[in-house]
Amino acid sequence: MHIYNDLQPKRYNLGSVLRYTARFFGEQILHGQVADQMEEHSNSEDQGDSASNSVDTKKRRILIGVTGAVGAVAGIGAVTPFVMSMFPSERARAAGAPLEVDVGNIEPGMMITEEWRGKPVWILHRTAEMIEAVRKSDDKVADPDSRLPMQPDYAQNELRSIKPDYLVLVGICTHLGCSPSQKLEAGEASGLGAEWLGGFFCPCHGSRFDLAGRVYKGALAPANLDVPPHTFLTDTRVLIGEDRKGA
Amino acid sequence: MRLALVMCLLMPMIAAAAGGNVKLDRADIDPRDAVSIQHGAKVFVNYCLGCHSASYMRYNRLLDLGLSEQQISDNLMFANEKIGDTMQIAMRVEDGKSWFGVAPPDLSVIARSRGADWLYTYFRSFYRDDERAMGWNNVAFPNAAMPHVLWKLQGIQRLQADHSEGDSAGHGTLVLESPGTMSVEDYDSLVRDLVNYLVYMGEPAGVKRVQIGIIVLLFLGVMAIPAWLLKREFWKDVH
Amino acid sequence: MLNALLGWVDKRFPLTATWKEHLSEYYAPKNFNFWYFFGSLALLVLVIQIVSGIFLTMHYKPDADQAFASVEYIMRDVPWGWAIRYIHSTGASMFFVVVYLHMFRGLIYGSYRKPRELLWIVGMLIYLCLMAEAFFGYLLPWGQMSYWGAQVIVNLFGAVPFIGPDLALWIRGDYVVSDATLNRFFAFHVIAVPLVLLGLVAAHLVALHEVGSNNPDGVEIKKKKNPATGVPLDGIPLHPYYTVKDIFGVVIFLMVFTVIVFFVPEMGGYFLEYNNFVPADSLATPAHIAPVWYFTPFYSILRAVPPMFGSQFPGVLAMGAAVVIMFLLPWIDRGTVKSIRYRGTIYKSALAIFVVVFLLLGYLGTVPTNVWGQFGSWLGGADRATVVARIGTIIYFLFFVLMPWYTRIDKTKPEPERVTP
Repeated sequence: MHIYNDLQPKRYNLGSVLRYTARFFGEQILHGQVADQMEEHSNSEDQGDSASNSVDTKKRRILIGVTGAVGAVAGIGAVTPFVMSMFPSERARAAGAPLEVDVGNIEPGMMITEEWRGKPVWILHRTAEMIEAVRKSDDKVADPDSRLPMQPDYAQNELRSIKPDYLVLVGICTHLGCSPSQKLEAGEASGLGAEWLGGFFCPCHGSRFDLAGRVYKGALAPANLDVPPHTFLTDTRVLIGEDRKGA
Repeated sequence: MRLALVMCLLMPMIAAAAGGNVKLDRADIDPRDAVSIQHGAKVFVNYCLGCHSASYMRYNRLLDLGLSEQQISDNLMFANEKIGDTMQIAMRVEDGKSWFGVAPPDLSVIARSRGADWLYTYFRSFYRDDERAMGWNNVAFPNAAMPHVLWKLQGIQRLQADHSEGDSAGHGTLVLESPGTMSVEDYDSLVRDLVNYLVYMGEPAGVKRVQIGIIVLLFLGVMAIPAWLLKREFWKDVH
Repeated sequence: MLNALLGWVDKRFPLTATWKEHLSEYYAPKNFNFWYFFGSLALLVLVIQIVSGIFLTMHYKPDADQAFASVEYIMRDVPWGWAIRYIHSTGASMFFVVVYLHMFRGLIYGSYRKPRELLWIVGMLIYLCLMAEAFFGYLLPWGQMSYWGAQVIVNLFGAVPFIGPDLALWIRGDYVVSDATLNRFFAFHVIAVPLVLLGLVAAHLVALHEVGSNNPDGVEIKKKKNPATGVPLDGIPLHPYYTVKDIFGVVIFLMVFTVIVFFVPEMGGYFLEYNNFVPADSLATPAHIAPVWYFTPFYSILRAVPPMFGSQFPGVLAMGAAVVIMFLLPWIDRGTVKSIRYRGTIYKSALAIFVVVFLLLGYLGTVPTNVWGQFGSWLGGADRATVVARIGTIIYFLFFVLMPWYTRIDKTKPEPERVTP
């Protein structure tokens, strides 16, 4: 920013451009058209022309400026309701409100899918083996430390979760928005080769993710799966969509 | 105040809209009296929301009244409803029809069609009438299908026919036959709070609307000054 | 910089030329008074209606099951939706307020007279379009008044001999006003009629700038020009003189508009009717239905004409004629002067009576016919209001029918050579 400011000529800053534009239109109104015509007009008047020469252009310019400025504020005020009306309505907000989920009933190794703001949210109860599998895949994934901001701060860790057991993910591939399939089981049974450690596989363009939602190297998806904001209200009740600290 | 003022301007029209020639009592509501509206909300939820929905009204809208989400869900909501939900009822329309003859209407905008004074009069004009299926009739709304839900509070009124008036239903004087748990003043005050709430619910943005209106009007008033000076300055050219 | 850009554009598009022709070098008479605000104000309200309408369309659902709820959704759940809805509903009525005053201006200053006949006709077509727009739009909230208002008006077409019933059926697309009707009315309201309206407004402005504006003195400023410049001696450029004047007028108008939108959006039940807060119910008609206030003079005329030969058609015809007859003004006015300032007592009296009758018919159209009770048996116990409306209807038509006669015999004052200050 500093560099650019120094390179730019001073006269191109916003203020001077505005002043120039205002002056341009001011001239159009005051001189270009009106004053000349009024002179002709007044000269042709039979009532005499003395008054026409005393046009106070400065006063007019000020009045145009003031009226224009107040009018601009009025315009902004008038536009505001219309712009605001396009934000989500109360109905949309209510539908997108935080969602409370009981995760106590999810068997270890199982996953449930909930809908939050129209998107699938996965909650995976990871077993010890699954957690171990995540650790093993560190060198296979593109962003093992979750440097890209695909998760809240409290989930920026190797397992990408608040509690190691429970992984909460938005089940939308970061490539083009398909929902990846579950390939939770490791090995041949997954159909992804004996080396497969368990994770998710996007049917659209073949991106692979591990059991922390981290994308494999060489996949088309550019980032890890999104971890939505969430809070544990109790040991087994999760509030998805809101990160209330210390709740 | 302004809303109340408007309401009384509209009174004759409302009377006509209600179809009767009943003299309406003034509700004298104050849309800025949050305590009254809060109390009305409580009455509404306890007594009306059993049969009548308010399906355009969201619970969290009551935040307008200075209540917290916790207070709303503790005092005004039933279990397993969410704060963003609208005031729905479990009763099905067909059931309502078979139980009352007509399905109880949704009350979201009832105050906008009936008017505050009509509602205020209506809630205070129930009387015992054994000829009606529900045992109740109403002076403001003759042969209304609705029973007197608040009768334990108000007590039981009877209609004493005016002998000069003849026999038609709804004419006469209401007499409190057996008092309820509330005094007449307390009951009127409760009804006033309920009506205040119904008016609020009819247009939750009403108070905010007036506040914004004042700002807009003042701004335009200010804007008129340079606009006038500008006009005067240019018109100096015109002789 | 900007000059260069302007030059570039002007070589490709007549920007400066258009600006000059229609604003800075369009010469309007310098003696415009209060009545001349309403033309530009009508343009303003048109813009307000289009903009607020577009934003309402984003949230409204033209579906019989959802329409009423979607309006309440706009009033409650959409941020600022209530303001947009009230702007649109207030704008609808204010459009007619402004247009009626604009038309009355034309009436008193003879703005429809030669050479402005076509200007008047285009203006009348705009008025017809507005009525259609208002009628279609009024169904959309799907309240009781919307529903039964539409039902009654559509049934008027059913009174047309022979084809009537089929015509009404065709308009509705169903046996009663229904979802199909709502859907087509929505299409007409948001796209078909506005397109025609915009075209007509453009034509109105082009026609106006071709013939030049009339003025309160009713004299042609083009007759006295400065020989050197060709500029009318009594003309001043529209811009900046009338632009700055109209800006002030707009601010004052917006203050009135604001008061209605924010303090009395229902306007005592005239702009938003109480019964329209009850969802449409095809099985129960409200006790009293009336059209919105801007239609009521014509509605009164409709009700005033008794059924003849067992048909409502004469009433429908009279109502149509009441509007259509205004098209003829340029030819039935035979006065030697245009402006009321130089007319004689006869015309002034006729106009005064006409205004009173128009307002009276307007009032009677909003109330039930038994509002004033009945006459005694000597008049067959007829409703007083109906009798008054009948007399009013006759006077309404006499104003036009007798116009060629009374404008000719009227003792006019001589018009001045040039406009008076």
